[in-house]
Amino acid sequence: MDQMASIRQTFFQECEEQLQALEEGLMEMDGGDHSSEVVNSVFRAVHSIKGGAGAFKLSELVEFAHAFETVLDEIRSGKLSASHDITKLLLKSADQLSDLVATCRDGASINPASYRQLLDELKQANGSSAGQAEDENWDDIDFTPMTIDIGTPVDADPGQSFQIYFKPSTGAVQAGNEPILILRSLLELGQTVVSCEFSDLPPLAELKVDEALLGFNISLRTERGLAAVRECFEFVEDSCVVRIEEPGATPTPEAGNVTVTAPVALETPTELPPMPKFAEAIAAKAEAAAAEPVVLTAIEGGKADAQQQKQDKSASSASATIRVELDRVDRLINLVGELVINQAILAQSVGQVITSGASDVNSGLEELERLTRDIQDSVMAIRAQPVKSLFQRMGRIVREVADATGKIVRLRTEGETTEVDKTVIESLADPLTHMIRNAVDHGLETTEDRLRAGKSEEGTVRLSAAHQSGRVVITVADDGGGINRAKVLETARRKGLVPSGAQLSETEIDNLLFLPGFSTAAEVSSISGRGVGMDVVRRSIQALGGRISISSKPGSGTVFTLSLPLTLAVLDGVVVSVADDVFIVPLTSVVETLQPEVNNILPLGQGHSALRIREWIVPLIDVGMALGARKTPIDPANSVAILVDTEDRSRCALLVDRIDDQRQVVIKSIERNYGEIPGIAAATILGNGRVAMILDVETITEGNQKSFEAPKRASAGGR
Amino acid sequence: MDNEKAHDRHELIAFKVGDQEFCVDIMNVREIRGWTATTPIPHAPPYVVGVINLRGTVLPVLDLAGRLGKDAVTPSHRHAIIVVQDEGRMTGLLVEAVSDIVTVGDEMIHPTPEVSDNDGSMFITGIVTLEGRMISLLSLAAVLPARQIKAA
Repeated sequence: MDQMASIRQTFFQECEEQLQALEEGLMEMDGGDHSSEVVNSVFRAVHSIKGGAGAFKLSELVEFAHAFETVLDEIRSGKLSASHDITKLLLKSADQLSDLVATCRDGASINPASYRQLLDELKQANGSSAGQAEDENWDDIDFTPMTIDIGTPVDADPGQSFQIYFKPSTGAVQAGNEPILILRSLLELGQTVVSCEFSDLPPLAELKVDEALLGFNISLRTERGLAAVRECFEFVEDSCVVRIEEPGATPTPEAGNVTVTAPVALETPTELPPMPKFAEAIAAKAEAAAAEPVVLTAIEGGKADAQQQKQDKSASSASATIRVELDRVDRLINLVGELVINQAILAQSVGQVITSGASDVNSGLEELERLTRDIQDSVMAIRAQPVKSLFQRMGRIVREVADATGKIVRLRTEGETTEVDKTVIESLADPLTHMIRNAVDHGLETTEDRLRAGKSEEGTVRLSAAHQSGRVVITVADDGGGINRAKVLETARRKGLVPSGAQLSETEIDNLLFLPGFSTAAEVSSISGRGVGMDVVRRSIQALGGRISISSKPGSGTVFTLSLPLTLAVLDGVVVSVADDVFIVPLTSVVETLQPEVNNILPLGQGHSALRIREWIVPLIDVGMALGARKTPIDPANSVAILVDTEDRSRCALLVDRIDDQRQVVIKSIERNYGEIPGIAAATILGNGRVAMILDVETITEGNQKSFEAPKRASAGGR
Repeated sequence: MDNEKAHDRHELIAFKVGDQEFCVDIMNVREIRGWTATTPIPHAPPYVVGVINLRGTVLPVLDLAGRLGKDAVTPSHRHAIIVVQDEGRMTGLLVEAVSDIVTVGDEMIHPTPEVSDNDGSMFITGIVTLEGRMISLLSLAAVLPARQIKAA
């Protein structure tokens, strides 16, 4: 049972990957790349899901994947062209498939009605192509032999080409000789081109399902001999029609050979006897080919290059990976963090003992330090992941919102390979979804408005990621109408967020969007007007230690820029001394530091005071008193004030003894073994092995008030 | 090991707090280490000495004497920290000295008498009598402070 569960889990993990590959491929198709490599990868993804789903008896999933796969197969064989509408249908189907997989994974039962409509659409697309394909087969007969021209006569590969005709008999199939297995075993020998010959198929009404009617034309290029090829048919040779034709060890563009192989390679419904007309045509073509060997070699060379590139590409996408539980990686990261600290402690204590003359020890220590840093970087890189998976999810959001709003939207992504810590990616999904929704729903104009403004009817949302000085910068840009500042200001005034008569700069107006309780859309839509505004986005970005900014140009669009730390495991902090203790202030919240002047401090009574900094008056918090590190208030003359930003855009000044350093610190949970502490976000371990607390600028003010209002409460809270 | 024996035999780590002997089940003890300087925790109850770095984990340390209602000790290098694990979280208990490991049977653990001279009895689940010694069995769940939740 357990084993089954773990296989099941593996299946769904693989489904994740397949869905990702599927989405990736479809996006490429959407972008205009219809090469067989791309279509094949898409087909493979759906096919693998179908196969796995079959093993787990997820019949609805199989049904849908099958319809999906059939359409893809039509495209693959060139019978259906991947038009815009078809691609759109495929993308929708991919979303649906992803939903179905998720439902199956959660063990819920699928409501067949949920995918019925798409299934019908897929079947329809499929049906229309089937008829079309038949027509093509009859009409474009001249075109079909083209496949041979390059295939057999001009061949740079060593080895032999075989033309094989294989027609399984009903008896053989009933005896368990599955034709696909034979075809696969041929594939193991070398490259095969297989075409199905279905001339024996009766009209549908007369079809008997247990009858073997199909034949296969296979052209196989292999370095193995005839015996190896024969071996594949060992068990069916007697009961089935098997013809193997061997055109000679070193294929040369001889017309004779081509004539022999031509009829079997033709995808014509009438198979035998060979039609002389076609044979002639082919012979003529082959002669032409022989006459112009240089040209063909060049083509062949170009083709080889392309093939090489494709192989490189597939090699990169199938780079060797292993699946490791996240727990193990986290443990490793913890250990390495410990190693770094230990190394620092060692260096410090050795430095105290040996003052001079031990260059060996010192150089050894330096080497050790370098190695530990390298190890730390490498280990952190294990958890780093490209933002690709996140960006791909956004593609779906764009499609859904575009559908709901009736806009035509294209999502362009850049820098998908930018790597960020897994935890950051996970926590970024929600805010980014919201921003993308906003961009499509509010950012872009309606199609009519776009046309009126002289833009193309297709709106673009650009999503990009890049590394920038140790942080990752993600931008969401739309080419819409930009922020309507007059409207924003008017709304803000109406809601009382801005006093009437106040003069605001353009940037200040733009930033009003981040205020809680502000909703930009004049009409609240079901997509992004759920009362959750950009303030929520801003808060979640800040919770990640990031910042968000906005810039907008009337008529040409709005850009949101997110700047985030690469990992949540470390943080840039200002190291400060308070009484005898050391604290860390997160650098992201620090606005500036200053030496407070006594006559700028305004006492407010009950120990509260405020500080005047230029035109602002901000609450002044004595960190030592707030956290109980000292009994008597700090002398402002011997202190440093750190002006910090809090989430609700209000500022306050923290009073500390002095600023010691600015450094990156490893974040350690204090909640796990102890609990939440007001005013403290987390802990870290300093170079000397001691623990230091990281201040939480949001709650330190609460702690401050508490300690003044109810001094006993803090100690009572410990129980 | 004999299964039946395992059921009614307990291995306990005994240690001194003030003039009294206490013990905890060895299964709850992760390690015993010497005292190192702690970092104070803001807003913490007085018996919470602070936190230390235990190989990368931030470990809160309780002054067990203070927690049991005795006079708070001034920690020094003579003291030891017993690192205990209870319900997935680790805590250090500051004690004067670890005396020994004792193996006792169920029959040697007596229920706590109802009388109490201080509020320390709520932390004790039983009393072990061994070679004339009286060792109080600590209830870790009662000793460790309730996890601070936002509402606290």
